[in-house]
Amino acid sequence: MNWLSQPKKGPNHTGEELQIELLGGKDVELEEALKDFRAGMHAWSEAAYRRPHTISRQIRHRSWRLVTGWALGCMLLAGSVSGLVFEQHQRRQARIAVVQRAAEQARQLAEREARARVSDEVLLAGVDSDVSRQVPSAMEPLAQLMEENPQ
Amino acid sequence: MATAADIAAEEFTRVVERHRPQIFRFLLGSTRDVDLAETLTQECFLKAHRNWGSFRGESSAMTWLMRIAINLQKDHWRNRRMQFWRTTRTNSVDLDEASEWLPSGESSAEQKLLARERVKQVWASVKGLSERQRTVFLLRFVEEQELSEIAAATGLSEGTVKAHLSRAVARVRLELGGKR
Repeated sequence: MNWLSQPKKGPNHTGEELQIELLGGKDVELEEALKDFRAGMHAWSEAAYRRPHTISRQIRHRSWRLVTGWALGCMLLAGSVSGLVFEQHQRRQARIAVVQRAAEQARQLAEREARARVSDEVLLAGVDSDVSRQVPSAMEPLAQLMEENPQ
Repeated sequence: MATAADIAAEEFTRVVERHRPQIFRFLLGSTRDVDLAETLTQECFLKAHRNWGSFRGESSAMTWLMRIAINLQKDHWRNRRMQFWRTTRTNSVDLDEASEWLPSGESSAEQKLLARERVKQVWASVKGLSERQRTVFLLRFVEEQELSEIAAATGLSEGTVKAHLSRAVARVRLELGGKR
């Protein structure tokens, strides 16, 4: 059938004229580069086309990559979550420690204040007793009388 | 006695045998990914098989198949752009690897090195071309198609094809000139 045939390419074909027109005249280096590019592309394509099809190996490689990717992803997620939990735990512990320290300080302050209050009371009582026992010399006979006759 | 369906199937088999390497080569040049080129080639012939009955032979089978292949690679790039997170999974070979394939005719090591450098520069330019420019460039300079064939395959006018080709060639020349 006509449409199955390849386009004919020969030296008289307009392709060469087009080539020269596109390249803007004769440019040997550009022509060489395009020729090498074409030949390289053909060689690569032919080699790739005829290569043994190792689909199973590729699939295995891909599935390994997939598994590794998932494993790494899971590890990363687990690490992030555990890090977050650890961080939360640390913060809570620190908060508890602060509260405990504050409570301890408050308790110590209260104890100190209580001790101070007791010592003040003792001191005042001593002063009172001392003051009450000191009698002026002029009142001495009256004091002796009061001791002898407390009624 | 062979039925019409048998004849059509036989014709399609011949078309596949004849044009599959060329379609694969074009897709390989467009994607630089052997696996992807194979997949798209399969899809191209699957689509062609489904629509074989509606093919009237107004253009050549090659032009018809090439049009399907161009649309498939366009769809592929469009999908890839939409699914930007999948770009990391591309298997495209780098320019060094693509440039390693050289014509065996180069005799000396120096010539081979020069040829490799030239091919690498062309690949670098091709990589920088727009999708349309790359398509017409590959069809012209790898598949050696005529302007009319390229126009028919891409759905562009011959003038537009020529303009794209000129820009692509200018870019290659610039790349080659810059590295000289």
